[in-house]
Amino acid sequence: MNAAQLNNKDADSGHGTDDEQQYLTFIMAGEEYGVDILAVQEIRGWEPTTVIPNAPNYIKGVINLRGTIVPIMDLRSRFNLASVEYSPVTVVIILKIETERGERVMGIVVDAVSEVHAISDSDTQNSPDLIEDLNTEFIKGLVSIEDNMIILLDVNRLLTIDKQLLTLTSELASGLDSESTAEHEENKQ
Amino acid sequence: MATILAVDDSTSMRQMVSFTLKGAGYDVREACDGSEALDIAKTQQFDLVLSDVNMPVMDGIQLVTELRKLGEYKFVPILMLTTESSGDTKMAGKKAGATGWIVKPFNPDQLLNTIKKVLG
Amino acid sequence: MSIDLSQFHQVFFEESFEGLDIMESNLLALNIAEVDSETINTIFRAAHSIKGGAGTFGFMQISGFTHVLETLLDEIRSGERDIEQEHIDMLLQCVDCLRGLMSDLQAGNEPDMAQADELKIHFEKVLANNSKNSTESENAGEPCVDDKSTSEQGRAGWIVHFIPCEDVLCTGNEPYRMFRELKDLAEAVNGSFEVECHRQSLPKFSEMHPEMCYLSWTIHIRADVELSDIEEIFEWVVDDCDIRYEPLSDSGSDTTVEAVPESLVPEGETSPPLHNNDAVNTDPKVSAAAEDNLKIDSREIDSCEIDRNEVKAKANASVKVTKKSTETTSIRVSIDKIDGLINMVGELVITQSMLGQLGQEFDMSRIQRLQEGLAQLEQNTRELQESVMKIRMLPISFAFSRFPRLVRDLSKQLSKEVDLEMIGENTELDKTVMEKIGDPLVHLVRNSLDHGLECPEERIRNGKTSVGKITLNAFHHGGSIVIEVKDDGAGLNKDRIRDKALEKGLITKDDNLTDGQIYDLIFQPGFSTADVVSDVSGRGVGMDVVKRNITELNGSIEVSSIPGEGSIFSIRLPLTLAILDGQLVKVGNEIYIFPLVSIVESIQLEKSMLNNITGSQYVMQLRNDYVPIICLQDIFNIKTARQDLEGAMLVVVEGDNGKVGVVVDELLGQQQVVIKSLEKNYQKVDSISGATILGDGTVALILDVSGLNTRTSDKKNDSHIHAA
Repeated sequence: MNAAQLNNKDADSGHGTDDEQQYLTFIMAGEEYGVDILAVQEIRGWEPTTVIPNAPNYIKGVINLRGTIVPIMDLRSRFNLASVEYSPVTVVIILKIETERGERVMGIVVDAVSEVHAISDSDTQNSPDLIEDLNTEFIKGLVSIEDNMIILLDVNRLLTIDKQLLTLTSELASGLDSESTAEHEENKQ
Repeated sequence: MATILAVDDSTSMRQMVSFTLKGAGYDVREACDGSEALDIAKTQQFDLVLSDVNMPVMDGIQLVTELRKLGEYKFVPILMLTTESSGDTKMAGKKAGATGWIVKPFNPDQLLNTIKKVLG
Repeated sequence: MSIDLSQFHQVFFEESFEGLDIMESNLLALNIAEVDSETINTIFRAAHSIKGGAGTFGFMQISGFTHVLETLLDEIRSGERDIEQEHIDMLLQCVDCLRGLMSDLQAGNEPDMAQADELKIHFEKVLANNSKNSTESENAGEPCVDDKSTSEQGRAGWIVHFIPCEDVLCTGNEPYRMFRELKDLAEAVNGSFEVECHRQSLPKFSEMHPEMCYLSWTIHIRADVELSDIEEIFEWVVDDCDIRYEPLSDSGSDTTVEAVPESLVPEGETSPPLHNNDAVNTDPKVSAAAEDNLKIDSREIDSCEIDRNEVKAKANASVKVTKKSTETTSIRVSIDKIDGLINMVGELVITQSMLGQLGQEFDMSRIQRLQEGLAQLEQNTRELQESVMKIRMLPISFAFSRFPRLVRDLSKQLSKEVDLEMIGENTELDKTVMEKIGDPLVHLVRNSLDHGLECPEERIRNGKTSVGKITLNAFHHGGSIVIEVKDDGAGLNKDRIRDKALEKGLITKDDNLTDGQIYDLIFQPGFSTADVVSDVSGRGVGMDVVKRNITELNGSIEVSSIPGEGSIFSIRLPLTLAILDGQLVKVGNEIYIFPLVSIVESIQLEKSMLNNITGSQYVMQLRNDYVPIICLQDIFNIKTARQDLEGAMLVVVEGDNGKVGVVVDELLGQQQVVIKSLEKNYQKVDSISGATILGDGTVALILDVSGLNTRTSDKKNDSHIHAA
């Protein structure tokens, strides 16, 4: 994988070209999600992390990936899904993206890896606007394959933790149940 | 293929010369001043020496003088890389026993042509 | 074959910048009264290399400009001209100008030649009026007129009479090479070529010297070739051989074109002439060479003109695009260091294979050998680590080198007399630290010159010499490097600092401050005691920025001063940013690392030591200080089994805002850790400066002591607000 390819893909994605892209899909809480396979660096089993103080609850901590410090994000808690116990089959997908500050590597914890699909942009639909929560911004589109819906994720957005968002989400996540989320958000503003 | 000793205190010039010659298939070794060149020349016989004139420690003229004193380098072609506009340096080089000179600035093609002529 | 020369540009720029630094420092070292020829030579060589490289790599603006200063330097070097102060000033200006041009070129921008052109004109004026200088005048005349007329006649071909000097072979000039080239030349235009050998000069065999050449030749070239092409083949030997050309015409006319003046080569003489033509430089070849140079010069001037137009065009469009420099920094490493590394890797490989072998057939009887092997591995690794770190180390002279110039220029500007002394220039420092310490040092030196040193009259009034002294001193101390900026000026004025601080509201009238505390006030933001804001030390922004920059490097700065005798600013910096001596501590299940330098002391806590202020905030009396206490488990939200402070360990650390006591569960060992960035893949975390990887492969976080410290002051403010 290289950055130029990645950027091209991103640039193309809005224009509905017929180029097929390969997506690695994984399962989380019964749903199938897909990420651009070019952004996948490797797949590992879960291992204990070093906790980062005062990090949002979906950041499980950091691990040593061959000398690099890599943060691990729990995608279930990122998407406000019920959390499950990690087991030996819990999988960490290491994603790598190119940003203006250089390469950025992060791991996401998912339930299980599913398979690789070739998906063309024209088959992709935008996600329905009715889902009005934080998660939609990570969603690049939806696609159906053999009656299964796959939620395609925008890896760049997923890995870009900007500070404001961080504080916002950590505040949201700390002790608030999901019902009062929207209301609280309004109060914040 | 012929072996060439390239001597220049300027890294960029040395790299350029060496890259050009290696690209043409010559076996090149580099030295960054006359005294280093002399040491290397004593351990290995070169078919041609290409040297800058103005260098610290030992300059090109001294290098030629010293090389010509060695039996192995009595007849080996030694070319000076010179930017001197006046003929003085060329004269001094010739007097010391240099074969000829290549006037800087030169481009890789000019360099190769001259080397090819000398080495045949 | 075409070669992309741009691949050498970066190296060229780097060495040119080095060359400019060399020129500058040597120019500054030049003593006009007693000119050291080696110094002049060094300066000349640097200018010469830049010119040569610039020409070769296609930067004609640079080579054109450098040519004039090279010419001046060459005249000085050869004694044709005496060096004057004006020359040094001009040359220094050129150094600055060239730096600017190079930076532009390096960044991929078209350089602005305005200043260079101005300087060049100035140089040309200076060069023009030298009474001593008459040899260099480039009135090469028109030497080709003859050539042209003769080449008209030479359509049928040429006869070359070639009588080499006897020692032609000893210059590596093999006549066979010239014949080969002549043959190629002739055959290229379907001509023919004949060589006739004359053996009449051969001495008797007993008198023959094997290295000498006694033969001479007459070469008939029957081809339509230019005389200049033939002359070029003999270019290298024309000065010490007898070469005559005559056109070969069908009519058999034998007009002889003399390449060498008649007076020197008597017609019909068969014995080779002796080396008596060394003295004469007026043969056409040399003039032709001079003319070549003239051509190049005019081309360079043309290209300069074009550049200026381009620059103008850009200015008109009022779009000055400044591309960001895409330089990749590189480092020069001495061969010794590399060789050392290779040796160590060699040892490491040996240890590794020994351990590997041991592992294959291991039983408990060999445990001692295993332990020995591991100990050796540890030593190898440590040595290797040290050596790798050394690669990044550069002598501090890299940072010091700019000061002679700076001090010279500033002292002129301020009408002060200053003597700059630099000690410990070979003290080594990490490259990154070096790059970041440059600006703070400049600021401190400026400050010492501007505010520290008195003007000459005042110095004399105070019984000092009129020449002030600034000393830059670098030395290693423990695991740090200390850099001192020392002046023998008036010293810091305690009263004025105090008044100013009062005025700015930094202190109150009742504050009872020690001298040290008063001096430290100058590092407060917005503090400046200069009566007149000068353009030397600037306005307000100053010491606080210096301090901040140094703190960012995990360093510290202190000032000491004696009224009337001067001040010393001492900067203490870690030798490298990549490795840190750490104290490992445990809180809950987590391990954190304190930089060892920040630790004042560690104590076992007893409840009686603590005083509780405002509910949750504890302070402890430590000798004369009250030290705020923070619990890592609280600020980091870590679960730990320990319920209260009794029996916990307290690590007292000192950061930017003074001391703070940090409560941890347990002190573990001390070790060197390699600092890894947490920000790269994550983001900045409060109170954490980075991460490292421990021996078992897990990650541990490194505490940012100053960050912990601001936390306590924040908390204090918070509690005030709550109380109100």
